[in-house]
Amino acid sequence: MILRIVLHLALLLLFAPLLQGVITKTKALFAGRVGAPLLQPYRDLARLWRKGFVFSRTTTWVFLAGPVVGLVVPVLASLLIPFGALPAPIFFEGDLILFVYLFGLSRFFTAVAALDTGSSFEGMGAAREVTFSCLAEPTMLFALIVLARLSGGLSLNQLLGSHLAAAWGPAAASLGLIVVSLIVVLLVENSRIPFDDPNTHLELTMIHEVMVLDHSGPALGMILYGAALKLMVMGALVVRLVLPWQTGWAGLDALIFLGGLLLLAILIGVIESVMARLRLVRIPQLLIGTTLLSAFALVLVLR
Amino acid sequence: MFGLSNFCLLLVILLNFFCLGSSRLGACIRAVALQGALLALLPVTAHGLSGHALLLAGGAFVLKGVFIPWLLLKAIREVRIRKEVEPLIGYVPTMILGAVITAAAFIFADSLPLVPEHHGGLFIPTALATLFAGFLLLMTRRKAITQVLGYLVLENGIFIFGVLLSEAMPLMVEAGVLLDLLVGVFVMGIVMNQINREFSTLNTEHLSALKE
Repeated sequence: MILRIVLHLALLLLFAPLLQGVITKTKALFAGRVGAPLLQPYRDLARLWRKGFVFSRTTTWVFLAGPVVGLVVPVLASLLIPFGALPAPIFFEGDLILFVYLFGLSRFFTAVAALDTGSSFEGMGAAREVTFSCLAEPTMLFALIVLARLSGGLSLNQLLGSHLAAAWGPAAASLGLIVVSLIVVLLVENSRIPFDDPNTHLELTMIHEVMVLDHSGPALGMILYGAALKLMVMGALVVRLVLPWQTGWAGLDALIFLGGLLLLAILIGVIESVMARLRLVRIPQLLIGTTLLSAFALVLVLR
Repeated sequence: MFGLSNFCLLLVILLNFFCLGSSRLGACIRAVALQGALLALLPVTAHGLSGHALLLAGGAFVLKGVFIPWLLLKAIREVRIRKEVEPLIGYVPTMILGAVITAAAFIFADSLPLVPEHHGGLFIPTALATLFAGFLLLMTRRKAITQVLGYLVLENGIFIFGVLLSEAMPLMVEAGVLLDLLVGVFVMGIVMNQINREFSTLNTEHLSALKE
């Protein structure tokens, strides 16, 4: 049990920033540049961690709570989700609800921390972020319900258990739809192009980035690290769905999982390179579309 | 063979959603063309390679997948419109309605008294859902060209039903239906040009206004 938790956390904490590095590298290669080295995110985090905190006099403890919760939540959520064929160390009946709403908690604290600064831009960003994620949530829940129906269990361990490889035969259509919807949710929740640009520097078009403008030093480091962890935890869901094989050897399983995550990071880099950002009014439309897709997947499974 | 036709039918349903949710006419016409081309595969995947099925598939492909979309694309280039500006019901509500009727079609199809071999397949629910999606397009859009698209989607739904019966249906009937469709689109094209010349817009709302 303890060993499992340590293995899970070690995989998560060590590997997550590398995914960001892979995404940046892919984008750089597409643009014909050499790009930052793969390990650059680790160096950025170390650099930010050595700096000091700067707090505005208008802020309260809530301002610091945002980054802290944003870092702790993905770590907790990672304990609930199996990493590839490695089962989750903590599981109970119905933990999928906790999994979804843990991210709701972190979003709440990020938004509240943004509002705490009293800047109008940050309020705007918080409003946008909350709107989009409340539209993305039904998709996630529908997808999990489909998985619950296929597996007959209500814990993430059972949902993403060894039956998945067999389920791809008869239920391929709904699983395919779910994978597509989950990738869209992954892009929205981690504020990637085409929904949001993590590198944007124009306040009016920012969504997620505008909320963290006032954080600096270790707090910004916590936010960046938390974002990397979140990408890996949500990516774990997609990777497990697409690569449902089980070899029986923990080492090989972990390698398959990490390889899948790297492929996912490359895919995200390709999506970011070939697509432009959507107009803000188009995003809710697209999110409702994916909700309908996952609802349709549920209809296909139910009949 | 069965897997392939189910795959086609799923794509047909997804294209329905796309047509209901997209505001760009060019993309909509291409989606309907792709839908027609997918439907042309169905007789072959459902009944195997026979002369009858091949004729049906070839006719459907040429008309639905190539010729009619080409006519429509030419039409929107001539009257220079790109977008359906304001539908009677917004895009998101129509998409939700589309999803509801698709779910309803799946539930309804299970309670129909069908021959046993059609039970549990995707053919009947997809046919119903496509039919209703066509109705929705016809009802909610103002531009004459999107209404033509709705009519085409409606006919696609009927075609899916027809594929199930194609053993019993003589080729003549199919050919007649396709000819009707072509004539319908032609007439609509002429009407569209007239509306455009009279009101300098394709909005069909003007047609219901009375004049002295």
